[in-house]
Amino acid sequence: MERKKQAKLVITFHTTTEAMHMEAVCDPALGRLIPVPREISAGCGLAWGADPNDEAAVLKVMTENKIVYQEKKNVMLY
Amino acid sequence: MIYFDNAATSLPKPPAVGEAILQALNTFGGPGRGGHPAALAAGRTIFKARMAVAKLLGSAPERTVFTSNATESLNIAISGLLTPADHVITTALDHNSVLRPLYRLRDRGMGLSIIGIDANGNLNYDDFAGVLQPNTKAVVCTHASNLIGTVIDLSFVSDFCKKNGLLMITDASQTAGVFPIDADALGIDVLCFTGHKGLMGPQGTGGFCVREGLSIKPLKVGGSGIHSFSETHPSEIPDRLEAGTANAHGIAGLLAGVEYILEQGVDTIREKECALAELFRSGIAEIPGVRIYGDPNVSHAPIVTLNIGTVDSAEVGAHLADDYGICVRTGAHCVPLAHIGLGTKEQGSVRFSFSSFNTQEEVRIALRAIAEIAAELH
Repeated sequence: MERKKQAKLVITFHTTTEAMHMEAVCDPALGRLIPVPREISAGCGLAWGADPNDEAAVLKVMTENKIVYQEKKNVMLY
Repeated sequence: MIYFDNAATSLPKPPAVGEAILQALNTFGGPGRGGHPAALAAGRTIFKARMAVAKLLGSAPERTVFTSNATESLNIAISGLLTPADHVITTALDHNSVLRPLYRLRDRGMGLSIIGIDANGNLNYDDFAGVLQPNTKAVVCTHASNLIGTVIDLSFVSDFCKKNGLLMITDASQTAGVFPIDADALGIDVLCFTGHKGLMGPQGTGGFCVREGLSIKPLKVGGSGIHSFSETHPSEIPDRLEAGTANAHGIAGLLAGVEYILEQGVDTIREKECALAELFRSGIAEIPGVRIYGDPNVSHAPIVTLNIGTVDSAEVGAHLADDYGICVRTGAHCVPLAHIGLGTKEQGSVRFSFSSFNTQEEVRIALRAIAEIAAELH
């Protein structure tokens, strides 16, 4: 079956520790850790991948837990 | 075997520590090196360990850095914050893991003042003000002596540092997990700890907690798991100060040790250990020929250090091990200045250090052993 790309909200972090912190505090219904897509950064690392419709809820979790993102972008991913 | 060398490394560990290490060994991928389940398993455990250590020591997980031991932590803090243009204050109770990095900077021009001790091993607190200079940058000192257990008053050091605009770098190797420490409340700039003593983790673990906003130049740079195409190392902690693959297997064990301490309670652990130390101390005080070092009337870690007459401490230690199966540390304990201050440079001393896994029966056996050895050798 052919996979189709879907829009994903991708949030990157300054450190791997912040990415792990995000996973520790965020409801799994609001996304999960994914490798950083190449089109966002040429480096490697972990990002938070979520449904773009959940952006407000995701950002609220980050604000409440003082997690700062490096970059936030909607990307088409498989 | 009866083990009384917990100031060197704690033994035994809570059973969960070994179990956690074995499970990590069999399931972890490289932490921070990919988004697959095995790598994430390692990364999650390391983050949980940061949270547990930060909770125990009064810091935050993002400011809790893991290293291979307190010596590495102290080297990172000292080389990353101090320069040959500075002046630094330390104490005669401090371990070579503090002294040698400072001596290395001193040999390149840094000023160094060492606060002495009295005959009981108590720090000469009144001398601090007198050694201040215009370029004094930091006080780097231990929280408790690994030789005689004397606890240094961190509130005094904190007040002195705040009043004079100095950095406070503290070596909590003998106190983390045994005495309550709140790094942020005390304003400690860098609190260095080791994982394999009071924190009950495996050897090869340790770290430090950094005050918010303090930037430390890294000791080593290299692989970081992020920003691979940058020629410079990441600038944010903790990644900035953790080049290379983390010892996730060991940190899994450290997490289990810290969770054990949080569950048991630091106060409960300390009360038990200090009660055993006091039982031993009061017992050997009655044995002719035994000399005990340190002031029993001040706060001290569960350590009792003694000599029998003028007998070489190494001989006493050998008898204890060979004839009684009792493990203690003898000699200089990596604290040359404390031995010089106490007059034990040639003889060394015999150090008993207690854990909450020791028992009163073990202490009674040790008391009989010391009495017998004292009668034979002295």
